[in-house]
Amino acid sequence: MGDNALWNMKASALLELMTAGEVSATEVVEAFLDRISEVEPKVGAFLEVMREEGLAQARRIDKLRQSGEYPGLLGGLPVAVKDNICVAGARCTSGSRMLANWIAPYDATVVRALKEQGAVIIGKTNMDEFAMGSSTENSALGLTRNPWDPRRVPGGSSGGSAAAVAAGEVPLALGSDTGGSVRQPAAFTGVTGLKPTYGRVSRYGLVAFASSLDQIGPIAADVKDVCLLMDVISGFDERDSTSEDRPVPSYSRVLSKSARGLKAGVPKECLTQGVSRGVRECFERALEILEDLGIGIKETSLPMIRYALDCYYIIAPAEASSNLSRFDGVRYGLRAEAKSLEEMYMRTRRNFGPEVRRRIMLGTFALSAGYYDAYYLRAAKVRTLIRRDFKRAFEEFDILLSPTTPTTAFLLGERTQDPLSMYMADVLTVPANLAGLPALSVPCGFEDVPSGGNGEKETLRRLPVGLQITGRPFDEETVLCAGYAFYQAVAAAVEAELTCMRKGLGQVG
Amino acid sequence: MPESALNEGRAIPEDLEMVVGLEVHVELLTKSKMFCRCSTRFGDPPNSNVCPVCLGLPGSLPVVNREAVRLAVIAALALNCRVNPRSRFARKNYFYPDLPKGYQISQYEEPLAVGGYVMIPGPPPKKIRIRRLHLEEDAGKSMHAGEDITRAAYSLLDFNRCGVPLIEIVSEPDICSPEEARQYLEELRRILEFTGVSDVKMEEGSMRVDSNVSLRRLGQERLGALVELKNLNSFRAVVRALTYEKDRQSRILAAGGTVLRETRGWDESLEITVPLRLKETSEDYRYFPDPDLHPLVLSEEWLEKVRREMPPLPEEKRGYYVNVLGIPAYDAGILTSSRKLSEFFDECVSRGADPKVASNWILSELLGYMNSRGLGLDAIPTSPEFLVKLIRLIDKGVISGRIAKDILAKMCETGRDPEEIVREEGLQQVTDEAFLVRVIDEVIAENPSAVEGIKKGRSKAIAFLVGQVMKKTGGRANPELVNIIIKSKLE
Repeated sequence: MGDNALWNMKASALLELMTAGEVSATEVVEAFLDRISEVEPKVGAFLEVMREEGLAQARRIDKLRQSGEYPGLLGGLPVAVKDNICVAGARCTSGSRMLANWIAPYDATVVRALKEQGAVIIGKTNMDEFAMGSSTENSALGLTRNPWDPRRVPGGSSGGSAAAVAAGEVPLALGSDTGGSVRQPAAFTGVTGLKPTYGRVSRYGLVAFASSLDQIGPIAADVKDVCLLMDVISGFDERDSTSEDRPVPSYSRVLSKSARGLKAGVPKECLTQGVSRGVRECFERALEILEDLGIGIKETSLPMIRYALDCYYIIAPAEASSNLSRFDGVRYGLRAEAKSLEEMYMRTRRNFGPEVRRRIMLGTFALSAGYYDAYYLRAAKVRTLIRRDFKRAFEEFDILLSPTTPTTAFLLGERTQDPLSMYMADVLTVPANLAGLPALSVPCGFEDVPSGGNGEKETLRRLPVGLQITGRPFDEETVLCAGYAFYQAVAAAVEAELTCMRKGLGQVG
Repeated sequence: MPESALNEGRAIPEDLEMVVGLEVHVELLTKSKMFCRCSTRFGDPPNSNVCPVCLGLPGSLPVVNREAVRLAVIAALALNCRVNPRSRFARKNYFYPDLPKGYQISQYEEPLAVGGYVMIPGPPPKKIRIRRLHLEEDAGKSMHAGEDITRAAYSLLDFNRCGVPLIEIVSEPDICSPEEARQYLEELRRILEFTGVSDVKMEEGSMRVDSNVSLRRLGQERLGALVELKNLNSFRAVVRALTYEKDRQSRILAAGGTVLRETRGWDESLEITVPLRLKETSEDYRYFPDPDLHPLVLSEEWLEKVRREMPPLPEEKRGYYVNVLGIPAYDAGILTSSRKLSEFFDECVSRGADPKVASNWILSELLGYMNSRGLGLDAIPTSPEFLVKLIRLIDKGVISGRIAKDILAKMCETGRDPEEIVREEGLQQVTDEAFLVRVIDEVIAENPSAVEGIKKGRSKAIAFLVGQVMKKTGGRANPELVNIIIKSKLE
């Protein structure tokens, strides 16, 4: 076990080995399944590991390769899928008791694409219930820990997917991002995550939280691997009316482009939103690196984004309150027995967790007669203004830069009693969802924090910090290109820490 | 207690007028559902036409059926509405077991079309304005093991109908009597059937009617509260329920009571309306634009294309029949009472039949046959081709008009070719003069009084004798020839 272990390799490297015939898909999948068995008790990233299906698929891929057939872009690569994305025949719980035993009868469009390209789906990952949360603590079905520090949260809501990639349990994973749920956990766990432009990736088969904000996105160890997944999952889907029918570039290919000469803006509002000193220092160093790469950096202003979080917490719950109405106990999922229909509804829906119930209440209120104009409609107008701010900024800049999160990973339980402090974890990521823009989180350094715990002996913990790069609608290319250029500059340092952390995780104790 | 007024038997004030607005739901004649590709076929085994989308499974998304939009636009144009180039789908949120998503996708603030009207014949003719026409999806069907959902031991759900495209047509409160309501509905049904928008079968639920009723003093502002009537499953039920409501509300007002704002249902067996729920706690559907669907934007070119390819409206066809084909107005009205009937007639004409002759045969004989047996045109196995053949056989003198009527009945029963019927059953006219003279002599001998009449100049008597000859020959004698022979013998 060590630096050269298969589980410590990136998807692109694994693919090369498999293509060259140096290692089989079965060996790769077995290596990751073994790694899962080894570290999962400490991480808890998965709700379900699909061992048999995974190995069967790996053997199929090996047969294809042996008979000289092309096994697809991802031939033999293990992928973990967030548990709000349907995989036919597998449970799809969305982290909720309501769907704890619901087996999806169909594949999400992205899952179908993964399968067609030879991916091996090896498990479903933990998440905040119905993707509502920023720490994965709202999962009703399991606890996920941050591999960098088991006392800390992995972020959320795609905490399981991010933790799995960080821990070396899987090289690639899918998450979903409604207000930062791919980027924020990617930042907290020191991996790379992209929220694509709204409409770039089909939502068909993604259990809806807030339909106008939700977007499925890839999580991987680096930008190159993120591109690999983007090449598979992007594009128009006739089953999703909000997906856009426009050409999709080969993202892997844009990495060879130079980032030199790009113009980057730094919205000054982003550094006032409770950003910690460690995060600020990492971010400032990142700006210097980007300047060295020939990217022009200038401060700018997006005055309306100070209202983004407020706006988000009207629109997202409003849509959620409607989207979650279908979980009524009538046709599938959990049903509480009762004497009358009304009572059945009430008792069944009491099984939503407290955060989900809070948001259903908020959203129902925001849409109610007499309040609609003051809340939902006003939020929709603010959203238009936020879009306008971005549009104006992108007339001058190619990309916008900020930290992904104001702080590094917080302690388990630290914010569960204070929803507003939890919501603050998304303050920098929410604007891209409201404006529908592509945004990448890429590791940019570490903050050393005391490992916490009262009365315990203080030791310093290295916690990853994420850099967020936001781009124009459907211009993932530029975002990924800049992200790749940046990551090249920090990769050695980041990956040394990552490998060290992964090794530590595998040690007994 | 306003209801107690019913028992006091006070006179109904004469100056009360009813104000009625109708909300009509019509299923569109598409092959597939509004937001998925499942079949819309009626009568299939329960839950056989379903998929993740119409079952509202987690993760599924709606995609608008273009054909449904086209049919809805045709309906809107046929009802003289203004089609909005941009409309929006909205979610209507409420909980009910047959509504799998917990919301219905409908249209709310930005409907497909507004501001239309329908002319009803009266007398006097009257314009009933249409406030709006919008697209939405149907819900599933609940079947309760017991009287209703509150008392049922269990309920079963069939989602075949769930997601079937509907248009809702909302009239202005321009209707002032049950008869006007009936005329409005008849007219609506005819237009929608004629333009191929719907099969408008109330018995299969493809046309459903809700009504808002209130009373006011003639020419004055609204008096009573608005009562919504549901479960109106036939035009007859609409008329009966409105008549009942007028009476009920009048009596309450006459007794100085107050009409409650509520929803009432029509009880078909008791022929009364019964309260369903009080309207005062009106349900809040929390409408908002459906984020899964972009606004529905219709280009001017596309609208123009739909307009151009629109099937003719009943009035247009009626005008053509009267002015070009010379059909009497009344007959033209009947021919255009349904699309199928007018198409049947059109085909007869295009196959070369004289329009008036074809019209007469269709209206008197074909419709007579259908009405006497309570059958629709679909259930009659004959065709325009055969009717035209039949008319030709008369023209050529092969058969008499009387025999032709019998042949038509046979055609309607069996779908056989009239020429074949004539050949196989030997129904050709008899023109053999020697044979006819023999029969005529018999008839003259048997009817001395009629012969007497003819000699006195009573022309009716000739007709009587001709009739007797026809009878004796089983209708096969050539009546003109018989006429000539009788006249030559007796004059």
